Amino acid sequence: MSLILKQIRKSYRQPEGDRLPVLGIDHFELARGEQAALIGSSGGGKTTLLNIISGILVPDSGEVIVDGRNIVSMAEVVRDRYRASRIGIVFQTFNLLPAFTALENVLLGMTFSGRAVNRSFAVELLERVGLGHRLHHRPPRLSVGEQQRVAVARSLANRPVLLLADEPTANVDPANQSLILNLIRDTCKDHQVSLLMVTHSMEAATQFDRVDRLNEFNQPQLCTTGATS
Amino acid sequence: MNLLLIAWKNLLQRRLASALTALSIGLGVMLMVLVLVISGAVETAFTQRSIGYDLIVGPKGSDLQLVLSAVYRIQPPIENLPAMYLDELQADRRVVTAVPLAFGDVTQEGGFPIVGTTTEYFENDYLPGQKFEFGKGGSRIDQLFEAIIGADVARQNGWTLGSTFPILHGGAEGSLHDEEFTVVAVLAPTGTANDRTVFLNLESFYAIDGHEKPVDEIEKRLRDFYAADQDRLDQALAELDDYRQQLRNEEANGVAAVSPRAMQEVTAVLVKTRPETPFDAISLSAELQKGFQAMAVNPIRPIQRLMTNVIGNVQKALVVMTGLIILVSGVSIFVSIYNSMSDRRREIAVMRSLGAGRHHVFGIILAESALLCTGGAAMGWLTGHGVAVLASPWLIRRTGLLISPWTVSPWELTLFPALAVLGILVGFLPAMTAYRTNVADALNQ
Repeated sequence: MSLILKQIRKSYRQPEGDRLPVLGIDHFELARGEQAALIGSSGGGKTTLLNIISGILVPDSGEVIVDGRNIVSMAEVVRDRYRASRIGIVFQTFNLLPAFTALENVLLGMTFSGRAVNRSFAVELLERVGLGHRLHHRPPRLSVGEQQRVAVARSLANRPVLLLADEPTANVDPANQSLILNLIRDTCKDHQVSLLMVTHSMEAATQFDRVDRLNEFNQPQLCTTGATS
Repeated sequence: MNLLLIAWKNLLQRRLASALTALSIGLGVMLMVLVLVISGAVETAFTQRSIGYDLIVGPKGSDLQLVLSAVYRIQPPIENLPAMYLDELQADRRVVTAVPLAFGDVTQEGGFPIVGTTTEYFENDYLPGQKFEFGKGGSRIDQLFEAIIGADVARQNGWTLGSTFPILHGGAEGSLHDEEFTVVAVLAPTGTANDRTVFLNLESFYAIDGHEKPVDEIEKRLRDFYAADQDRLDQALAELDDYRQQLRNEEANGVAAVSPRAMQEVTAVLVKTRPETPFDAISLSAELQKGFQAMAVNPIRPIQRLMTNVIGNVQKALVVMTGLIILVSGVSIFVSIYNSMSDRRREIAVMRSLGAGRHHVFGIILAESALLCTGGAAMGWLTGHGVAVLASPWLIRRTGLLISPWTVSPWELTLFPALAVLGILVGFLPAMTAYRTNVADALNQ
């Protein structure tokens, strides 16, 4: 399995002092190479779930097992490096760094993994997403579609086992939406990378063989009985 | 990509703000470099043994003024000594060499000081172990109205062998002497005040119309000077009586009067004592100290005193002031980076989401701050020395200081490590902000 979630509970502390339950997931799995779309409404905990899977957020309790290791029990510094080397993330807003060219953005993805920076692989990835001619352009000089393609290339820079996509087509024009989605899916397939995409768009989700609805297996109310912090 | 390169790219992204911040540091460093270059020149000029003589003898007065006027030629002379006293010094068994100097006039062009002396001046070392060399012409000024000029005088006034020039009396405008002097030699550069001096034959100095004082004034001076030495006073007065008679004859019969020794004066005397008995200089100096006629000054001590009490403190104050300017610039770096942090929370969060640890983003911000400090310092250092190169001819001309624009002072060697530390200090708080960035919150911004 690429990803297993066990007994995940997450709540946020409110300004008033009480806690707002957000996630209560007993079990979720994603097999190696599997691609799944997770549909959820706005404010339904989609982004929180991705942040927990990627180790950016720590759940109140539960286990997040990525490629056989529970990242919740890792020290932060180990988790950061594990994220860099095992998990790729594509954001809704691309999140390219404007100071760096397309190629540098991809190289930046390699920098923190602890492995040697592989420039030729970065170029290969950008060529694969059709940006071989835009290597040295900065994000402001790229179209929205091109920026998201750079983000896809960056997410695969460290040959991850799991790619998390957070509404990757929400900010892309309709003409580019299926292009981007196909690119992500095809590239993941080529690299045997498991893909979990969260979206509120049914149209985007229907392209996936597996479609899960977050509100069907997320029971935030479990937090009130199982929260540990 | 390493953290330094990432920091550099981030600085380039905000190139205007980065450049202005680095510029503020650079200006501070430039000022400090200039202060250090000039201080170094002042220190070198005033702390090296500035003359190849053991003592400077002159009339009683300020020892500092005597050294500044006789050696550095940047102060007016105190007064004059009778030339007869020079003869006494030359006859003293402790004295190996006593070279007279007579000065007070300046060239009309460039205002360079005029010094009347003898050829012996050029035969002695101008600094310990340093002999005069002549770029052009011979090495003697035996004839009347001949002049040897320093290298800067030749360069600035465009004078060469055979050039003629008039001189101004005591620098006062409008009192130009009638006599014209001819350049017979040009000194090679020495890096001392000699480069800015015009040397005349001492006899020429006496022969200049208007240099001879009235006989009655000389008599009064001699009576004061030799009040305790009746024999010499009698000899001098007899010479003056004879001279008065000659002047009357000159008026009546047109027979030219010849100035006696008693009528001649020197401004200072450079004295070398016997090297095998260093105590000679001390005893001669002590002897003169007791009397009322003249004083003998060690050429180093008054300058050391000046350095310690005045110039050294001014230098320190200037260095501290420029240091404060750099410190203030450091604060501007802090403000610049700190203010940018709220705009950069998302960038930091993105880097963290790509796997950068807290220590990575902390290091990147520190590196940015250190790069701004050291980059600004490098710019300021180069500009400071560049300005020193451009300004050195003017400074040399105006002050006579031997400026070495590329000389690096020990203070400068500490500048870059100090600024790197400053960069780290002022970058610490913004770096901590980056370190503490809540990634999930910042990504949701």
